[in-house]
Amino acid sequence: MAEWLQDVEDLTLKGQINVPYAWSVGEVGSRFLVALRDEEKILGNRCPGCNTVYVPPRKNCGSCFKDIDDNQWTELGPEGVVTAFTIVRYDYPLQPAKAPFAYAIIKLDGADVGFVHLIRQGLEKLRNGVRVKALFKEERTGHILDVDSFELLEAQAEETWKR
Amino acid sequence: MAKRVAIVGAGQTHHKSHRLDVNGREMINEAVTRALADCEIAIMDIDAIIIGNMDHFESINYVDTWSVEGSGGVMKPIMKITTGGTTGTSVAIAAYYHVASGLFDRVLAIGWEKNSESDTTAAIVTCSDPVWDRFSYSGAIPSLATEASAYMEQYGATEEDAARVAVRDRTHALNNPYAQMYNRPITIQDVMESSMLAYPIKLLDVCPRTDGACAVVFAAEGSAEKMTPRPAWIKSTAVRHTTTWFGDVDYDTGMLSLQRAAKEAYEKAGINNPAEDFDVAELYLPYSYAGLKWIEALGFCGPGEGPAFVGEGNTDMGGKIPMNPSGGVISTNCIGATALLRVAEAALQIMGKGDKRQVPDVKTALATGFGGCWWSDVIVLTRDKP
Amino acid sequence: MEKIAIVGVAQTKYERRKKGEIFYDMVYEVTAKAMEDAGYTLDDIDNVITVSNDFWDGRTISCMAVQEAAGAHDKNVSTVEGDGAFGAFYGAMRVLGGFKTTLVVTHSKGSEGDPKVITNAMFDPVYHRALGLDAISSSALQAQAYMEKYGITEEQCAMVSVKNHGNAKNNPYAQLPMDITVEDVMQSRKIADPLKLLDCSPVSDGAAAIIIADKNSAKKAKTKPVWIKGIAHCSDAYFLGDRDLADPRALRDATARAYAMAGITKPRDEIDVVELYDAFSYMEPLWLEGMGFCDPGTGGRMIEKGFSEKDGSLPVNPSGGVLSAHPVLTAGLARIIESTLQLRGEAGERQVTDARTALAHGINGPCGQSHCVWILGRE
Repeated sequence: MAEWLQDVEDLTLKGQINVPYAWSVGEVGSRFLVALRDEEKILGNRCPGCNTVYVPPRKNCGSCFKDIDDNQWTELGPEGVVTAFTIVRYDYPLQPAKAPFAYAIIKLDGADVGFVHLIRQGLEKLRNGVRVKALFKEERTGHILDVDSFELLEAQAEETWKR
Repeated sequence: MAKRVAIVGAGQTHHKSHRLDVNGREMINEAVTRALADCEIAIMDIDAIIIGNMDHFESINYVDTWSVEGSGGVMKPIMKITTGGTTGTSVAIAAYYHVASGLFDRVLAIGWEKNSESDTTAAIVTCSDPVWDRFSYSGAIPSLATEASAYMEQYGATEEDAARVAVRDRTHALNNPYAQMYNRPITIQDVMESSMLAYPIKLLDVCPRTDGACAVVFAAEGSAEKMTPRPAWIKSTAVRHTTTWFGDVDYDTGMLSLQRAAKEAYEKAGINNPAEDFDVAELYLPYSYAGLKWIEALGFCGPGEGPAFVGEGNTDMGGKIPMNPSGGVISTNCIGATALLRVAEAALQIMGKGDKRQVPDVKTALATGFGGCWWSDVIVLTRDKP
Repeated sequence: MEKIAIVGVAQTKYERRKKGEIFYDMVYEVTAKAMEDAGYTLDDIDNVITVSNDFWDGRTISCMAVQEAAGAHDKNVSTVEGDGAFGAFYGAMRVLGGFKTTLVVTHSKGSEGDPKVITNAMFDPVYHRALGLDAISSSALQAQAYMEKYGITEEQCAMVSVKNHGNAKNNPYAQLPMDITVEDVMQSRKIADPLKLLDCSPVSDGAAAIIIADKNSAKKAKTKPVWIKGIAHCSDAYFLGDRDLADPRALRDATARAYAMAGITKPRDEIDVVELYDAFSYMEPLWLEGMGFCDPGTGGRMIEKGFSEKDGSLPVNPSGGVLSAHPVLTAGLARIIESTLQLRGEAGERQVTDARTALAHGINGPCGQSHCVWILGRE
């Protein structure tokens, strides 16, 4: 290695990729998000081939590769059961909640697959198997976070009792 | 001993500037189901999948794993290949090796892009080296414009000569209902009057931005013959992705990567006189001047002879060597799919599935890919088994 | 499958930040070293596969930055975007399909980007990205699902971390050789339950290269060839909720095919050393189950009983594994390289006695959605 290299100051160039995005939600996804926004409903759809009820809804089934036509829509939840969760202990600007908060995979009533979302409160009572309910935001825009988070039903019940 | 490999089916979406009705996975699924239908197989008959696009155009990391519901990859081997504009041909070549290796019998190659989802130029400038190139000589147009003006100066080619290429491709698109520019032919005057982007490139000299996908089924000898009456055999492939920094490109010579890739692919395929030996060519020409200069690198005519060769009608339908019967890149440019479309269209020509864009009696076809820092891929396809 | 072999390998030292080097430098270093290892010149390299990722590199067409450094200037070249084990898989197919040799080279600089933003981009832009998921929080979901289902304990996972960081002391390339205890792991900062700091792999910079050769070209190399006996990969579904995160069925599928190609029927007896992708401590028992080394749910007990220690009956990650160095994309290729060194008898202080058959493993996508399995043999 040449000696002069040892005296070189290693510079760093800072930069960022700034590209705006506009993702096509597609017709199927749009119907789902519009239902969140306008009706406070969580919709799924059923594959006519293997009968799997998906949420979010899909245009085709990944397992049996059949198209899912427009007659397969079904309303799900708004309650469900936690099948897995993690309590996040670090803060990061990407996250919509302040730590500690939880991510959970929730089997909504009527669905065959899990729905990934947030749980903000009642973390001490959080266990696999607890029932939760979707909590909608007041102002909704057709976005996955129109559902603010899921609440533990036990906590809800306690809160009601306290009032 | 490597297996011989053929294309037995292909499918593509109807390419549009904006496909708001579908998300990326769903758009991919359209092309995939059409390709499977083309050779009458089901997804379970596919042994492996290769997929490609350019990440920052949709901002999806690990597209292979993201795509599986639409690409058919659930519980299958799937991998992502990405090499800029040459992605589509890199994907095709990867599919070739998946089958030639003997490990997989029927393989699905997918190229796709949803350019409507991002600012194409903002994304593409990030291909340049951040320290040396990104702040100055960046984006797709500047380097192409440099090449074009160098070519004009060297050989006296005119803007009208180049416009003739764009007119040809857009005219050919009249036969291709899948092309984005289907039914939108143009004249030389239209090109000359379109807005100047960077001298001498005007708006109608360059390719559009497209949402679209293409899927191609490759199969091994033994299976291929059962899947379609006239499989399109992959005779040879060659790739040269030669330069890293845009300043290293020499515009006074012919395109080095294309010359070298063509030389290797032609040698392996026994091609000595491209204009005679090929029956059709689907060339990755992202802008009109390429249709003059790059066909020289490919050996269709000598240096500086491009304008005359094209102007005399040799590359039109019915001419000596029809180029881009599909309408080419100037009519459709869903980048991750674009080079794969060249391969698919060349294969369709050999398979006799070209419909209104079919060139009669195609025995030998050429498909090329272009992208990155002046990179080239060359693929020769034949009706006869190699 | 025709006989093909790995004839050259090279790695950089893995570090938190290689401040004085750009991708090009790292790739050049390992390309030159792999050629030197094999005793090959540039002419002996028939084609090149680079492995890179546009997000991690902050660069569209990220392969552009390294192809010349990989010796691909006037050669056939392509690029796999995914873990290095998958890139090497393509490299192997290129040799089986007609090339005499393939150089496969990977690079990563985790230090140059923001891993949370980069891994957040793996998630669906409409349904999951806005939730703020990243590689760590999503893996924590998998860890919880797995551990709750079978009663795998945090202590058992901590043993993995203790073992692998300890093994790293024997590996001159590893970033984090450490003398730690189960208690150290249990007391380390909670990141996302059940993952604590010492359950997680670090952020790393590094590069690696291998050269794969056909039988005739292997004869020209100066190394003892390590034969590729079986290779396979498989992807599970994408949405985390669509999957059973505690059931690595894609790994099972890939392993079964790789074993079949290699003629392995009793993995516990026939595999002498395993290098698997332990991005988090829970992954070691989970992947061991998926590879058929123990029954579903018993991975924790296998760790507890010490089977996977360096001198145990099935040494796992004698290199220190991904927990000790996690250059993304490179880490899977590093597992193949470490296995190769083991079979050559060149693994120095980390050598497993008389290793004749090895399993190397890489993963891709969220929560190990896709797995690539390599079976390598001395004969």
